[in-house]
Amino acid sequence: MACFAILGTAVFFILKDEGLEPLAAINKFMIYYVLFDLVIRYFLQKMPVTNIKPLLILPINRSTIVHYTLGKTTISFFNILHAFFFVPFTIVLLYKGYGYQAILWHLAMMALIYTNNFLNILVNSKNTVFYIALVLLAALGASQYYHVFDVTEYSKVFFQNMYDTNYWFLIAVLLVIGTYYSAYNYFKNRLNLDDGLAKKSEVAQTENFTWLDQFGTLGTFLKNDIRLLKRNKRSRTTLIMSFIFIFYGLLFFTQSIEAYDNPWMKVFAGIFVSGGFLFTFGQFVPSWDSAYYQLMMSQNIQYREYISSKWWLMVIGTVISTLIASFYLYFGLHTYLIIVAGAIFNIGVNSHLVMLGGAFVKTPIDLTTSKQAFGDKQAFNMKTMLISLPKMLVPMGLYTVGYYLISPYAGLILVAAAGVLGFAFRNYVFDKIEKIYKSEKYATIAAYKQKN
Amino acid sequence: MIQVTNLSKTYANGVRVLNIEQLEIPKGQSFGLVGNNGAGKTTFFSLLLDLIQPSSGHILNNNVQVNTSEAWKPFTAAFIDESFLIGYLTAEEYFYFIGDLRGQNKADVDALLAKHEEFFNGEILNSKKYLRDLSKGNMKKVGIIAALIGDPEVVILDEPFANLDPTTVNRLKKIIKELADDPNRTVLVSSHDLVHTVEVCNRIVALHLGEVVKDIQTSPETLKELEAFFAVD
Repeated sequence: MACFAILGTAVFFILKDEGLEPLAAINKFMIYYVLFDLVIRYFLQKMPVTNIKPLLILPINRSTIVHYTLGKTTISFFNILHAFFFVPFTIVLLYKGYGYQAILWHLAMMALIYTNNFLNILVNSKNTVFYIALVLLAALGASQYYHVFDVTEYSKVFFQNMYDTNYWFLIAVLLVIGTYYSAYNYFKNRLNLDDGLAKKSEVAQTENFTWLDQFGTLGTFLKNDIRLLKRNKRSRTTLIMSFIFIFYGLLFFTQSIEAYDNPWMKVFAGIFVSGGFLFTFGQFVPSWDSAYYQLMMSQNIQYREYISSKWWLMVIGTVISTLIASFYLYFGLHTYLIIVAGAIFNIGVNSHLVMLGGAFVKTPIDLTTSKQAFGDKQAFNMKTMLISLPKMLVPMGLYTVGYYLISPYAGLILVAAAGVLGFAFRNYVFDKIEKIYKSEKYATIAAYKQKN
Repeated sequence: MIQVTNLSKTYANGVRVLNIEQLEIPKGQSFGLVGNNGAGKTTFFSLLLDLIQPSSGHILNNNVQVNTSEAWKPFTAAFIDESFLIGYLTAEEYFYFIGDLRGQNKADVDALLAKHEEFFNGEILNSKKYLRDLSKGNMKKVGIIAALIGDPEVVILDEPFANLDPTTVNRLKKIIKELADDPNRTVLVSSHDLVHTVEVCNRIVALHLGEVVKDIQTSPETLKELEAFFAVD
């Protein structure tokens, strides 16, 4: 939020420094902003249907319930967040003498954000709409990048008119009113437990993965872990996040940001590109199994096999990420080798560190919701960030030392060698993790029982 | 089979929820635990499964002290509540998973499932549903049958009769009685329902505020005695 507020204030001056007309530049890319917002909302913002159930049997009008619920979504984080950007930006506009039209523009932008809000509620159950938005976003982005078709040429006129004329903003206002009433009607007609409020359950398919049987107990756990990743909202969010991490390196290797254009930051990127899955998944081992941890603890579980299964999963994830990342070859062989060296270090050293850290994490994970994946205490908190830092700093240091003392390739060899060396400690670390699982058993069970 | 010595559980706030000086459950017994909410039934079972730490004393399960060794796990099975189910699996996957952990192959598990087809009432197998989407009663059916996989010597069921429909309750009673007929198997059942418990168990222990207040071998008079004990004046 603070970030958005600072951005909202600063972006005007940054764009001005770049020699652009700030408002026009913002309008140019507003189409992407709006589409991206819609995609993010689809993933994270949910209609608060669970809060409706208790209201149904109380003497309250149905229309009041729907108005109340829709009204409640307007103060959701996903809307307020944008205000933190647009309000300071508009204030700067006014201050810089853009006149009253800046307020009309502001109204229009907020109306579009709220249009997204109600649109999302309306289409939440329909995957197709989401995929259309995603494909549109990707197609427009790609065709713009390769100068095939530049949608912003047209869309910027639309957004600019919100400022240039006195009446265009009404379009946005009409849109928000339209979507509000569609959402209102949609829910009012479906305000029954077996319809609009019904819990959606997927059609389940038994998957036996018999080819994994050859790995014995390890295979048994791997089967479950694959199902865990495939069938739960929360874990699917993790998969998508790790996929996005693969492209994180573009910031570093395209030399587009000066501060990142040095050897150590490139290793930082290399670690993240190949290790996105390793970090996002590994930091919550064994919390992924929190919902049925009591079962696991009362069964005759081979801890070693259990830990190995998670480890192998991280190895597979890292290898796949590294393979997908082969498009970085476009930036030269050395760039890709940085990623490969990062992958070796991830598998050899970081996989162990991540699981060691995870053994102390006692926050239960609710697999059925993707909500907690961002923001709150479950993921990306300060503590996990701090544990993550040494995992980055060591390879960064090694590469830099090799790079400057001998040669860039020597740097790579140092990083990879540290990774290979890490394998030697595998059994030691697994023993350690096993001991932690055992000594923390009661505390972990008690913590996982707490529902948030 | 199971020896309890000076067992107590006191929580950090000083509330003592369980205090059993001495309790012995011989091999082959079907043991019923009755009591009101908060009597300590689930606490006792959780201690027996080493899911919580005893404040004092210990439990021996087949001469294995449960909170120091894990050797009791291979011959002990339990279903306490939904946290013993894995929500994102189908019933079949769950049964095979438990089977794998208990050293049973697919054919063994299939044979057990076939035997209890009637109990499932056609609502569990091939239902195209994940366990998390089943009704409470059907979840319970899955958990109970999963606890029978691998022919365990000690079977622990917490409130198995709750949430089940009348027909299923009768089928479950039959299953528990059959289990208890095996002289090598010890069955522990807890319940609020005195009638069901008296019917399937040959010994009943009543807990009240964590203490054993009744310990009786089942006879025609047992039910009356228990009902008198829990009566409201």
